Amino acid sequence: MSQASSSGKASSAGPRTVRDVVFVDGVRTPFGRAGEKGIYAGTRADDLVVKCIRELLRRNPSLPAGRIDEVAIAATTQTGDQGLTIGRTAALLAGLPRTVPGFAIDRMCAGAMTAVTTTASGIGFGAYDVVIAGGVEHMGNHPMGAGADPNPRFMSERIVDPAALNMGNTAENLHDRFPAITKDRADAYAVASQDKLAAAYSNGQIQPDLVPVATMKPGQGWTVNTVDEPPRPGTSLQDLAALKTPFRAHGRVTAGNAAGLNDGATAALLASADAAAELGLPVRMRLVSYAFAGVEPEVMGIGPVPATEKALKNAGLGIEDIGLVEINEAFAVQVLSFLDHFGIADDDPRVNRYGGAIAVGHPLASSGVRLMNQLARQFEEDPSVRFGLTTMCIGLGMGASVIWENPHHAEYGTAYPESATTQTGAQA
Amino acid sequence: MSAADFRKLADLFPDETVTHSYVQDIALPAAGGKTTDGKDSPGTFALITLDNGLDHSKPTTLGPNTLIELGTVLEGLKERAARGEIAGVGVTGKPYFLVAGADLSAVKSLHNREHGLWMAQLGHEVYSTLADLGVPSFAFINGLALGGGLEIALQSTYRTVSTGAGALGLPEAFLGLIPGWGGVYILPRLIGPENALKVMIENPLSNNRTLTGPQAFELGVADAIFEPADFVEQSVAWAAKVITGAVTPERARAVDPAAPEVSARWADALAAGRAFVEAKTSNASPAPAKVLDVMEANRTLTQAESAELECETLADLMQTHEFRSTVYAFLDLVQRRSKRPAGAPDRTLARPVAKIGVVGAGLMAGQLALLFARQLKVPVVMTDIDQARVDKGVGYVRAEVDKLLAKGRISPDAANRTRALVTGSVSREAFADADFVIEAVFEELSVKKQVFKEVEAVVSPDCILATNTSSLSVTAMAEDLQHPERLVGFHFFNPVAVMPLLEIVRAPRTDDAVLATAFELAKGLRKSAVLVKDAPAFVVNRILLRLMGEVTAAFDEGTPAGVADNALRPMGLPMTPFVLGAMVGLPVAQHVQESLHAAFGERFPVSQNLQKLIDNGVKSLWDPASQQAGKPVIPAETLALMSFGNTPSTGEEVLRRTQDALAEEIGLMLAEGVVAGPEEIDLCLILGAGWPMFLGGITPYLDRVGASERVNGRTFQAAGVASEPA
Repeated sequence: MSQASSSGKASSAGPRTVRDVVFVDGVRTPFGRAGEKGIYAGTRADDLVVKCIRELLRRNPSLPAGRIDEVAIAATTQTGDQGLTIGRTAALLAGLPRTVPGFAIDRMCAGAMTAVTTTASGIGFGAYDVVIAGGVEHMGNHPMGAGADPNPRFMSERIVDPAALNMGNTAENLHDRFPAITKDRADAYAVASQDKLAAAYSNGQIQPDLVPVATMKPGQGWTVNTVDEPPRPGTSLQDLAALKTPFRAHGRVTAGNAAGLNDGATAALLASADAAAELGLPVRMRLVSYAFAGVEPEVMGIGPVPATEKALKNAGLGIEDIGLVEINEAFAVQVLSFLDHFGIADDDPRVNRYGGAIAVGHPLASSGVRLMNQLARQFEEDPSVRFGLTTMCIGLGMGASVIWENPHHAEYGTAYPESATTQTGAQA
Repeated sequence: MSAADFRKLADLFPDETVTHSYVQDIALPAAGGKTTDGKDSPGTFALITLDNGLDHSKPTTLGPNTLIELGTVLEGLKERAARGEIAGVGVTGKPYFLVAGADLSAVKSLHNREHGLWMAQLGHEVYSTLADLGVPSFAFINGLALGGGLEIALQSTYRTVSTGAGALGLPEAFLGLIPGWGGVYILPRLIGPENALKVMIENPLSNNRTLTGPQAFELGVADAIFEPADFVEQSVAWAAKVITGAVTPERARAVDPAAPEVSARWADALAAGRAFVEAKTSNASPAPAKVLDVMEANRTLTQAESAELECETLADLMQTHEFRSTVYAFLDLVQRRSKRPAGAPDRTLARPVAKIGVVGAGLMAGQLALLFARQLKVPVVMTDIDQARVDKGVGYVRAEVDKLLAKGRISPDAANRTRALVTGSVSREAFADADFVIEAVFEELSVKKQVFKEVEAVVSPDCILATNTSSLSVTAMAEDLQHPERLVGFHFFNPVAVMPLLEIVRAPRTDDAVLATAFELAKGLRKSAVLVKDAPAFVVNRILLRLMGEVTAAFDEGTPAGVADNALRPMGLPMTPFVLGAMVGLPVAQHVQESLHAAFGERFPVSQNLQKLIDNGVKSLWDPASQQAGKPVIPAETLALMSFGNTPSTGEEVLRRTQDALAEEIGLMLAEGVVAGPEEIDLCLILGAGWPMFLGGITPYLDRVGASERVNGRTFQAAGVASEPA
């Protein structure tokens, strides 16, 4: 069914084989606005993860909970309600059997994405059959960078410009590096993101991935949250033009063309292709390749460019083979720098069909799985697409990219020719 | 009529801790699928949360102001339902509680029958709105739901319950009321008459037992059950399915009371219920029988007709001594006073106890060792005079641990731990590093003094010494000690693992640190401790033996055994005096009686008849087999051992004489300063002797039957504490 053999367990006897990894299902909580007025004020981060894990099990009743081999949950700040090895605590709180292990993982914004790639590697290696990978960030409970203690050598030895620890500054820096990316372009991209999300909502394309979350606030009683709180549908260019540029006087980055501060959690179910078949689990995407890359921390937003180049190379594909892109929108400028690099138009319909984090929100370590959920749904909607990309930038100068294959595509599972661009690149 | 019409009742309670009714509109998820698409929503669901804004240590309760707010909110929702704005209504609670039930302190203070009637009617007014909203209503039982709290759920069209919910029940029969906000009408129809009586009669009269969420679901009280992690979410999703018709709850246990076979079941269940009440309470409290009366009547009544009967019955019962005494005993004593023992020293004075010694390896010693090891989880060493006795004592503990393990009460690891904690030795040197050494040797002063002398030679100067004596003087025991300030009385009740009372006896020289440590140990053992002055037989045994002494004396004087032994039935005590004597053991009872006789003279007569039985090895006055068959007889050979006077009494005379004796003895005990007040006497009798709460322990009963006035010229309790205010 694919290039990689899936013949079974690795062992010291005989040549080691690599197994195919499939994305079975993914869910997320509705995202909230961080802060006292947000829907998750007073709600614990670990409880948000628990809702996701339990929903995955409910949606996949053929999976015995005891078959889950690992629960990897990412959080950027691993203290308080995100501490105590959250993968393990969430597994216990979700009622998974005590035999199911778990761990915590951190790669800032790409936490959940790294949870997926790390456990996927374990599946490929034969260590796991079925895993849960996800992430959470309650930025209301854990303001960005709270409790961090950066080494003074960063500054004294100029290892990282202290300004690079503030993500807004790095976005302004990216505008400096690419003068062609103007504030107008960034704002227009942001308006489109809001519009696309609103359209996706009205088409019912967002709701299926959401798990309802009941919350109770003093003086209000219980309610059940079923939709995202951050979106501002109907936002216009005029609205955005009026916003302040908090990171630099007369700058370009505003609250309107960047993702907000948010609360939310995600979780995905991954399996070896064999285990999925054995357990009757649906295959919604097949993992093709992944890569991480480092860039200058001062322009961390450019990270997806080298990460994607690397992932494409690992897959033997070129950018022209990618039919759908789910790129996290930490900042509009960061997306635009990626699109410019690959010669993709700002409004290319392959990119973020349901809008992105500028509209829906970006609870740091949770976002990677949201991108995958949405790519999986778009694969289902569009069998003409064979390969898709999920990618995101990461604080302190990194990028993460994962390439997936669409099981609904006619040629799914057959060999594909190595891309011309990759061959060229390999020779360069 | 609307809830607001009861404002005049609410105005009587300006300080009520109001449980608010907060409403949130929720777009119901589309049924059947995964989608939460708002567009396909079957409508809006109005979810009420009952919340008093306080943390989990302050349960939500239903007072008049609370009910009016809930009623007003429900009336508003009924109007919205009529306008087609909502498709369903839910009720749930703050974490861990649906609602704990009616505000008992408020209800107890309604000393005007009419006000009580208003309270009953207000509940029906509010709940009838809930039951008739025009759209389905759903109770999501997320936690504790008792009495009026569970009746909110019963009055709803559908119910879900959390697997994590603890304490569900209708405890009214225990409290002195009836489940009269519809529970007594709805429950037998919902889960069948037999199960309904289990919930309304059997459980309340069995130490006020309650149901867990899964048990309630199993009985058919709830239609669906979900786990706590996403209970509200799943309950709302389930409600959506019910509203859209995707799910139709099945109620296998529901019955139609008009059906002939149900009519027969109804009658049989009521007959069984009446027998149960008689056996448990001798019908000494009116409430349980009223529950049965109302249920008997309502089989052929409409719900509205039943509601009227329920209100009138509630109004009557609210004015009874038994109800007020129960609230006093339950709320004021067991729930509050037992947690803050009167006279206990500052707990910060307590010393750590990391190892315990038990002198003796007999049955009592074994029970103590097991309790200490299980609850305190510290090493316990037992000593006795030879290895065989030591082995037997330690063997008893290990065998008990094995039984607990076999029953699944403890885990294999806990069993290993407990077994390893309990060791034995023939040498008292094993106490060298103990912090607390308790003796459980033969009940003889010289023996105990000798034991303590030997122990004191071994232990550190700080080690606390305790005695489990039930009748000897702790003061005398301390006399020859080098450190008399370290000796304290630590009097358990049999069976040690079960009975919740511990009498902590302060001798004149016992110091505060020792006493504080004793109270902390009691807490660690999960016992309720009462501070007692060193006085013969302390509290419980002194009162029990005064009572048994009166009845035995009447018997010896020529009163027929059946008359004497049943004379106290109107008090509803857990067992008759002769049965109690046999259970305690006639020689033990006689021994304590003798020491009381030595201390107090003729108030505690020593029965020669009893002594003859003991001398001849008779263990029980009643033949045990006949007693079990319900027709107790005294065997002829037993009767032949005894001689009787010719001044028989009637049952009424025996009862009155016993009441007076109790009033006299308790009056003397309070005058002697044995305990801080009549509340401690009552607490001791409830927790140590299992005396019923509808007696208020005992002093409210003695007050209301006039014994306190007759004997002491005054009542023990101020008017209003456990009775109608003056």
